[in-house]
Amino acid sequence: MKIKCQKCGKEATLHVTEIVQGQKIEKHLCQHCANQEGITIQVQMPLAQVLEELLQTAAGRELANLRCDVCGINFLEFRQKGLLGCPNDYTVFEQALMPLLERAHEGASQHVGRVPGSAGETERRQNELLRLRSELKDAVASEQYERAVQIRDRIKELEVE
Amino acid sequence: MSDLVVSSRVRLARNIGGMPFLSRCSDSQRSELASGLSQTLQGLALAEPMQYIDVESVDELERQMLVERHLISRNQAEAAGPRGVAFSTQETLAAMVNEEDHLRLQALRSGLQLEQCYDEVRHLDDLLEQHVSYAFSSRFGYLTACPTNVGTALRVSVMLHLPALKMTGDIEKALRAGRDMNLAVRGLYGEGTEALGDLFQVSNQSTLGRSEEQIITDFRDQIVPAFIDYETRSRELLLKTRRAALEDKVFRAWSVLRSARVMSAEEALYLLSHIRLGLSLQMLPGLTIELLNQLSLLTQPAHLQQLSGKRMNPSERGEYRAKLLRDTLGAIKGVG
Ligand SMILES: [Zn+2]
Ligand SMILES: [Zn+2]
Repeated sequence: MKIKCQKCGKEATLHVTEIVQGQKIEKHLCQHCANQEGITIQVQMPLAQVLEELLQTAAGRELANLRCDVCGINFLEFRQKGLLGCPNDYTVFEQALMPLLERAHEGASQHVGRVPGSAGETERRQNELLRLRSELKDAVASEQYERAVQIRDRIKELEVE
Repeated sequence: MSDLVVSSRVRLARNIGGMPFLSRCSDSQRSELASGLSQTLQGLALAEPMQYIDVESVDELERQMLVERHLISRNQAEAAGPRGVAFSTQETLAAMVNEEDHLRLQALRSGLQLEQCYDEVRHLDDLLEQHVSYAFSSRFGYLTACPTNVGTALRVSVMLHLPALKMTGDIEKALRAGRDMNLAVRGLYGEGTEALGDLFQVSNQSTLGRSEEQIITDFRDQIVPAFIDYETRSRELLLKTRRAALEDKVFRAWSVLRSARVMSAEEALYLLSHIRLGLSLQMLPGLTIELLNQLSLLTQPAHLQQLSGKRMNPSERGEYRAKLLRDTLGAIKGVG
């Protein structure tokens, strides 16, 4: 019996077993689709599944309404792609991210390890920069050019600090 | 028997502070990142300076070459927009710009060289940090677009060659052990039950809550030795109980590689895996691991076309690949 490629239906030539988070996942793909998936290179977590479960809880439904006012992403958009929009999202979605982080990282939720030399003092400056860049985008979009120039100057100042 | 470790890779994900992550960057922010980071990377005071390739502007064959050399990911090759890669002359060190994160720094070496890889990538990280300020929080560490990478943002991978475990069927047991150590294990299988290349990539999954050194040390002292031990025991068992079958596999592959007229990339990978086993068991004098690694790379589609100096369709490639293998391996004398 020939097994068909899960993605395109042609004959599958690659049968991949992945062990991810204790779950064995079997994939049957043709060479082309396997190449496209970057198999043997990429490691992906079943993030979508964890996020799906999270949204089923009462707290999760509340979180679904959260939106980052810096990059504009909301929790549902994050769930769709599995990618956050900006560093500020770790603060905005912190509550929602905690269970996910703990599952992905063997219960851990506190960084241990390298710290950039410039840490601490830059955290606040970086958030300010993020905010200004988003304001700049809005100002340009709404043709408030004078305001855009002011914001741009402030960004330049912060960047050289 | 550390020749079971085909390659070691250490990767750090980094994002520039004060910028949105890539999926939320405007086109101009992407260009700003690409041009700024490419200049910074090329100007670093590394022992070996890096050259930068603008992945957006090169043709598909060149992108494919970069993928085959593990300098960029398939995602990076197939994405759109300003993006690129900087790498050292020896290609052990590379920095992808605008992949899933603004920066993906990697060190890749053949064999088991995790500490050398980590030292090299950490040095690059230190130098970069003098020019850019990373998105970082004291709570979550280095902030990444995907929360599964946050913390150290360190991914350690080893590519393992485990043919005997495949032959004895104990590979499932080894994979289960890997799962218990919270590792991601990826295997590539061929048609039916036969392994394609017998190569397995083992990587850490958690990046938060343990230091870089702990992650590396675990791999060096526990994870890699455990897999080597499983494979070594399987080889010993096979040599004791099924020596003829084992030798037949090796020498059959050897003679097909030296005489075939048409060969697909998959078949080459499969047969080269068998002679890798033969080499490790000292059945093939005259063959070296360097030559084997070189052939594994050169027989891939883009490299093959680069070597021949022309575009070829799959059937032309099949003939050219067979000829390359025949000429190269045929020149080796004194084997069984
Ligand atoms: Zn397919
Ligand atoms: Zn945001």
